[in-house]
Amino acid sequence: MRQFEDDKKVIIMFLIPAFAFIFIFLLYPLIRTFYNSLFYILQNTNPRYVGLGNYQKLFTDSGMITAIWNTLIFMIAAVLIEVGLGTVLAILINFIKRGAKFFRIVYVFPVVVSAAALGLLFSLIYNYRVGLLNTIISWLGYNPIRWITRDSSLWAVIAPVTWRYVGFYFIIILTAITKIPKTLYESAEIEGANRWQKTRHITLPLIFSDIRISIIIAITGVTKVFSMVWIITQGGPMNSSQVLGTYLYSVTFQRRLFGYGSTIAVFIVIFGLLLVVLTNKLLKSDDDSGYGTPGM
Amino acid sequence: MMDKLKKVFIKSNIGRIFIYAFLIFWALTTIAPLVWVLNNSFKVTDEIMDSPFGFAENLNWENFQVAVERVDIIRSYINSFIMSGTATILVLFFGGMAAYILGRFEFKFKKFFTTIVALGLLIPAFSTIIPVYDLMIKLNLINTYLALILPHTASNLIFAIFVLSSYMSSLPDSIEEAAIVDGASRFQIFTRIIIPMSRPALATVAIFSFLWSYNDLFSALILVSDRSVRPIVVLLNEVSSRYGVDYGLQAAAVVLTIVPIFLVYLLLQDYIVRGLARQGSVKE
Repeated sequence: MRQFEDDKKVIIMFLIPAFAFIFIFLLYPLIRTFYNSLFYILQNTNPRYVGLGNYQKLFTDSGMITAIWNTLIFMIAAVLIEVGLGTVLAILINFIKRGAKFFRIVYVFPVVVSAAALGLLFSLIYNYRVGLLNTIISWLGYNPIRWITRDSSLWAVIAPVTWRYVGFYFIIILTAITKIPKTLYESAEIEGANRWQKTRHITLPLIFSDIRISIIIAITGVTKVFSMVWIITQGGPMNSSQVLGTYLYSVTFQRRLFGYGSTIAVFIVIFGLLLVVLTNKLLKSDDDSGYGTPGM
Repeated sequence: MMDKLKKVFIKSNIGRIFIYAFLIFWALTTIAPLVWVLNNSFKVTDEIMDSPFGFAENLNWENFQVAVERVDIIRSYINSFIMSGTATILVLFFGGMAAYILGRFEFKFKKFFTTIVALGLLIPAFSTIIPVYDLMIKLNLINTYLALILPHTASNLIFAIFVLSSYMSSLPDSIEEAAIVDGASRFQIFTRIIIPMSRPALATVAIFSFLWSYNDLFSALILVSDRSVRPIVVLLNEVSSRYGVDYGLQAAAVVLTIVPIFLVYLLLQDYIVRGLARQGSVKE
C-alpha cells in the first residue's frame, strides 16, 4: 500500500483516543488491583501493607471456598445443559421444516434479554406464595415447597442461568450444521441412511470442533456470572449460592473490604487464564490451533 | 433387535412427533414464564395472591402506573439509553479509527497495540472495578452518566477493535489506492470509503456494545446507583429487593423491560443471530 508522508501523524492521531480509554479504564485499574491486593484497605482509606496476607485468607475463607466450589459445579452444569441441550436442539431443528424459524426466534430470545429482568422473573417463579412453581404444585394437589434453601439455592440459580444460554450454543451449533454440504446427506440418503445414522456419521463428526469451542466458551463464561445470581439469591442463604462475582461484590461493596476484594479480583483473573489454558490443552485436537477468548 | 426397534421408531412418524414434542417443550420453557408474568402484571398483588394462575379478567394498569410514578421507570429507561447509547457511539467512533490503523497499516509498534487488544479480551470487569470506583470518586463522577459511560466505552472498545480490524483488513487494497490517486486524504478515505464499506461489522459492534452495556448490572450497581441516574437494570434490582412483596409491581417491571427488547429483537434478529453465531460477545 502506498504511504503518505504524514501517515505517521495519522496513525498516532487515530490510535490515541481508543488506547487512552483502554489504558486509563482497563490496564491501569488492572495493575492497581494487583497492587491493592497486598494491602488491608477498609472503604478506600488508610491502606496497610499486609504482604500476601490477603492471599492466605483467600483459601481459609469459607465464603470464598464455597464460591470456588460452586463455580466448578456451575461449569459442569453449563457444559451439560448449555452445550448439551443446545446441540440436541440444533440437530433436532434440522430435521423439521415447518416452524423452524419460530423455534429459532424463541430459543435465542433469552440470550438477548437483560439477565437482571430474567433474574427478577425467576425470583417471582420461585416465590413461595405466588410463584409459578408452587402454583402448579398446589394445583396438582401437593403442598408448596420452599425453592430457595441452603441445600437448593445453587441449583435454583444454575437452572435459569444455564437455561438462558442454551439458545446461544444452539445458534453456534446450528450455524455449523448449516455449513455441512447438502450433498453429503443426499448421498447418505441414497444409501438408505436414516436420521439417526446421518446424525451419527455425518453431522456429529463435522460439528465436533464447534462443540469443543462451545465447551471452552461455556466453561470460561461461568467466571463472569453475576446478575441473575445477585437478583435471585444475592449469593445466599448463608453464602450457599455464592459464585466468584457475587462474593467479590459482597466482600468489596457491602463489607467494604477493598484490599481483600482486590485479592479476590486477582484470583478471578488468574483462575480465568488458567481455565483458558487448561480447557484449550484438554480439548485441543490436531486440526485447530488454540482458542482462548472467554466471552468472545 | 435394538436396530430394528430404532428403525421403526425413526423411520415412522413417531420419530417426527417426538422431535416436535421436544422442540415445543423447550419453546414452552421460554413462552410459559413470559405469558405468566404478562398475565400477572395486569393483576394487583391481592388478586395475584388469591389466584396466581387465574386470567387477568380486566386489564388493570395499576402496576404500570406505580412503576411509572413511584419507581420512575421511564427515568431509568432514559438513563439507560443515554449511557449505553453514548458508550456505543464512542465505541464505534474511536474503535473504528483504531481498527482502521491496526487493520490496514504496518508500523513499528503495531505488535504492542494488537497484544494489548488480545490481552484486553481476558480482563473481566471484576478485576478493574475497585480502582475505577476510586477513580470516579476522586474525579467526583460517581452517580453521573460519565461514571458508567467511560469504563463501558473502554471495555467495549476492545471487542470493537477486535472485530472491526479483522473486517477492515479483509477489504481490498485496490479501492483505497484508487482514492489516493484521486487525491483523497487519509481522513477522507476513512470516512468515505472504509466506514461505509464496514457497515455490516459496525452494525454487529453497535448491537452488541449496546446490549452488553444495557445489560451490565455489576458496574452499574457500583457506579450509578442513585435514583436520578440509575439505569433500568439497577431499577430491577431495587424493585426486587425493596418491593419484594409487591408482586404486581415486580411483574410489571419485568414486562416493561422485556417488551421493548422483544420488539427490537424481532426487528434486528437476523443481525443478532449472525453476530451470536460468530461467537460474538455474549458477556454477561
